[in-house]
This record gives sequence, structure tokens and C-alpha cells, in this order.
Amino acid sequence: MFYRESGDFKTSYAADQQTFPIRFDRIVIALVLVFAFAVVPFFINDYWEKSILLPFLVWSLAALGLNILTGYCGQVSLGTGGFMAVGAYACYKLTTGFPDLNIIFVILLSGGITALVGIVFGLPSLRIKGFYLAVATLASQFFLVWLFNKVPWFYNYSASGQISMPERTLFGTAVTGSAATPWATYLFSLLFVVVFAFIARNLTRGRLGRSWMAIRDMDIAAEIIGVPPLQAKLSAFAVSSFYIGLSGALFFGVYLGAVEPTEAFGIDKSFLVLFMIIIGGLGSIFGSFVGAAFMTLLPVLFKNIMVGGFGWPTDMVQHFIFMLVGGLIMFFLIVEPHGLAQLWRVTKEKLRLWPFPH
Amino acid sequence: MNSTRKFGDPILAVNNISLSFGGVKALTDISFDILQGEIRAIIGPNGAGKSSMLNVINGFYQPQEGEVWFDGKLRGPLRPYEIARQGIARTFQNIALFKGMSTLDNLMTGRITKMHANMFWQALWKGKAENEELEHRERVEHIIDFLEIQAIRKTPVGRLPYGLQKRVELGRALAAESKLLLLDEPMAGMNLEEKQDMCRFILEVNDQFGTTIALIEHDMSVVMDIADRVVVLDYGKKIGDGYPDEVRNDKDVIDAYLGVAHD
Repeated sequence: MFYRESGDFKTSYAADQQTFPIRFDRIVIALVLVFAFAVVPFFINDYWEKSILLPFLVWSLAALGLNILTGYCGQVSLGTGGFMAVGAYACYKLTTGFPDLNIIFVILLSGGITALVGIVFGLPSLRIKGFYLAVATLASQFFLVWLFNKVPWFYNYSASGQISMPERTLFGTAVTGSAATPWATYLFSLLFVVVFAFIARNLTRGRLGRSWMAIRDMDIAAEIIGVPPLQAKLSAFAVSSFYIGLSGALFFGVYLGAVEPTEAFGIDKSFLVLFMIIIGGLGSIFGSFVGAAFMTLLPVLFKNIMVGGFGWPTDMVQHFIFMLVGGLIMFFLIVEPHGLAQLWRVTKEKLRLWPFPH
Repeated sequence: MNSTRKFGDPILAVNNISLSFGGVKALTDISFDILQGEIRAIIGPNGAGKSSMLNVINGFYQPQEGEVWFDGKLRGPLRPYEIARQGIARTFQNIALFKGMSTLDNLMTGRITKMHANMFWQALWKGKAENEELEHRERVEHIIDFLEIQAIRKTPVGRLPYGLQKRVELGRALAAESKLLLLDEPMAGMNLEEKQDMCRFILEVNDQFGTTIALIEHDMSVVMDIADRVVVLDYGKKIGDGYPDEVRNDKDVIDAYLGVAHD
């Protein structure tokens, strides 16, 4: 009814290929951004920050990263947890090694270092694909976590083997460490997520994104029409690892503040992010966000309803949530194997025609 | 009509090409050339080595012996994407489109050798990347007009019927604006009307853009109508080469196609 493109004529190719071609979409996105930046910070409290918003933002960034590699370039990776650990440890070493370095640069450089590590672990992708590549990336998961446990230099020889983030400020406001207020950490993470979501969109719609998708859809044909496979695959690994590194740095620096590698960056995290993008939608920026929301927010919602609403015991609810979320994952995958983003796309197509379905 | 058309120098020449896979000889001592601006057909029974020949030309196979001259230069061992950059584009026997992408994106991917904005500009989008994108979009839209596929511009190609997919694949090869266009059975599995359309597109491409075309085709009436010269392969050997009329009446060629009684 209100969601339609009739009357919304495009008179130039630039207008035709913009990110949100439908006016309604542009308005909604603008409103959401204004709400997220200007309204939420005034109402945010500790619970919303630590349990809902920060995990959602951090995991969205990780899902974006893996989606670039797996969804757009077709290279399956189970090394996400390991790459997040690289981001976290890079962030830790950079902040402790260069105390004067601005926290924004620290986070960006952590992403850059992870990108380099990602390129190295992406090299096998030139020879192997599919499940075999997944197994090869699994090696990076275990190797990196082992490395951060074994080499004391990475955790500055601390007795516990943990790393913890010192306080860093941005414009005089603490964004990391225990003194950081919920609105500061939230805005700081939100800024990264929004900026890099737009960058991801730009990268995936241009030459680079097409070369990734060409490799994903048919690698031999891609090479024959002029896509260098080496460049395309390694750039996908680099960009993807950059995003995952950023998310690892935020996960450690802003969200948790202190981590222990085996627990925080285990293989379960790799699977978690992979599930996010499969449920959200492979090859979709929007899908990365939906998937991250599904996997991080749904358990919180159920917990609130069952423990808060019905007053059931916490441990029972915990198990019940496992079953419920597992069941929902299966349900959505059967209803729409291409993920929630595809479900949303179909709904939008129906809405355009509503109320005249033919 | 064919023999009256005038052509330039050879754009591609293959000399004494031999290709084998282990003990299987796919091509034996093949030599022929393709002149600037002509439509050259490669025909032969199944398994004659036609597709292998195209794969050698665009670098997917490296022949054990022989040399390939392209555009006046002897070609060294190059990767297929480097050969694409030199100006050879192709379509495939079994459609090799990027199924998850729209028609427009498939065609834009065909121009990938001509796009250069680096990662930084692409991340920024505004400026260099967008201008480049628009410039190439304009060229691609010409091809979309030419092939009459405006209506399916934004449709994912996986959803298109076979005939249209073949047409989009031709479009992707055209988008590269190559010097030499290799078409591997562009009309396989099409009905009469679709074949006529495809013939028209091929002739117009050759006529309007002056693109040199090498095509493999099984429909002899098509080959005899549109090709300027024909190479005939059988069991990896060249058994005929010349104008369509000559080839049609060649005894070896007739034997290869109809079979011959061994006594």
C-alpha cells in the first residue's frame, strides 16, 4: 500500500543503482539511524548495553565479515573465532604498547593486522574449496587460539593468562575500561557498525563485489572472462578478516573488557557466526544483521518472557531456550533456505502488489 | 556471397598445436588462422576436439606442442584471465553464467577487465568508483538494447529460461568488447525462432562492431549460411579447411559426418 515504487521514476543510472531505490526504504533507514544515534543513548542502561545492544552490534560486524567471505565469495570458513582472537590480541598489544595511540586507530589497526593474518590463512583457498577449505580454516581456529595461550608475549606475561583492556578515552569520554558509561560504549560501537556496513555495501556492489560473486557462482568461467582468482579470493579473505578483526577488538575492548582466549574465541564462536549468516541470508548485508539479531536477541527475549513473565526456574528455561531456538532455526531453514533476508525480500515483493495480488 | 567479403591480416593463428591428456590425444598437429573481421566456424563430430581447441585459444589448456599467435605476437604461457585482458572473450557450451547475479551484474562482470577503481575508492563509492560504474553501465545498456533484454535487466539469471540465458551469456561476452569472440555452440538446444534471433545477433555484432568471431556449431545450415570459412576437425585432426562450399563437397568431411564403410 504505502510500500511501492510506482510513481518513483528513475531518470539516471545513478538513481537506479542507489542502495535504497525505494523512497519508503530511505525514510525508514534514516529514521532508524536518527533513533539509534540520537534517542537510544539517552535511555540506555547497563542491562540494555551489556545484554542486548553491544552483543548485537559486535556480532553483526562479525557476521558482515563472514558474509563477505562465505556469502559473497563462496569460501566457507570456520576460522571466525580465531580471527576475532587476532583482532582482540592486536587491540590489546596496540593499546598497551602505544598508550597514546587514539582508540579509533587502535581498533582500525587491529582490523588491519587481522586482514594480514586472514590473507595468510586464505592461501589454501587457491587450491581447495568447499568442505575441504572449511577444514583447512578450522586449522587457523585451533592454531591461533593455541598461539595466544602458549606465547606469553601476547598477554604481556600476566599471571592469569587473561588480557584486560585499560581505560581509553575519545573526546575526553571513556569508551573502554570499567569507567566507560553505557551510552559511550554503545555509540562508539554503533559508529563502527554503521560506517562499515555502508562500506561493505559499497564494496559488494562494485567491481570487487562482482568479482567475488563471479568466483562464488562459477570460478572457471570467472577466470576465463578476466577475474584473477588469486586477487579475488585473497581480497575477500582480507576484507572479511578485517571486519572480523574489528568485531574481535570491539568484543574484547568495549564489550567484555577482559577475555581468556580458549573460552572467548572457541570453535563455538565460529559456528555461531556461520549460523548467523546462514539463517540471516548468505550474500546479503541486511541478512547479516537479521542473523545476528536472531542468534543474540532471541535467547534474551525468551529468557525475559519465561523467567520474568512466567517465573520459571532459570536452569530449566536455559535448556528450554536451546530447544526452542534450535527448533526455530530448523523451521526457518525449511520455510526459506535462503535465509530471513530472502523471506523479507519476498514479503516486500508481495507488499508492492498488495492488495491486488495479480 | 561469403567469398566476396574482404578481411584483414590474421588476428589469431595456431601452428601445429598438439594437446594430449595422458595417453589420450585430443588435438594432433592442428594449424589454422582466423582473419580480422571474419566469422570462422569450427565443426566436426562429437569428440572431435572442437571445444578443446577453443580451450587452447583462451588459455584454459596449455598445448604440449605448437604455438599461438594473437594480434601479431607470439603468446607465451598465460593464465586465462591474462588472455581475457588481451582481448579474447567466450561463451560456453553449457551455460556458465553467474546464477546468483542479475542480468545487469553478469554483463557488468563481463567488463571487469576494463574497470580499475581500487578498493579505497570503491569503499568510498562517491567519486571515482561511481563514475566508473556509470560509464560502464552506459556501455552495458547499449548491449542490453542490442540484445533486446531490457525487461530482464534486474532478474537473477538463474530464473531465466534457457534461450534467454544463452542470450545473456552472449551479452556478457560482448560486454568485454574483445577483439576475438569465441562462441561454443551458441545455438545448441534452441528452437528455430531462437536460432534465427541468435544468427541475427551474431551477424550484427560482426557487422556493426567488426568483431572477429570463431564459433562451434552443429547446425550445418547455420554454419553454411553465416560462416566465412570453416575448419573441420575429426578425432583431433584437421580434415578440412576452406569456404563453406568447398568444405560441403569435400570427401573426407562427408565421410567423417556420415561414416564410411571400412572394407
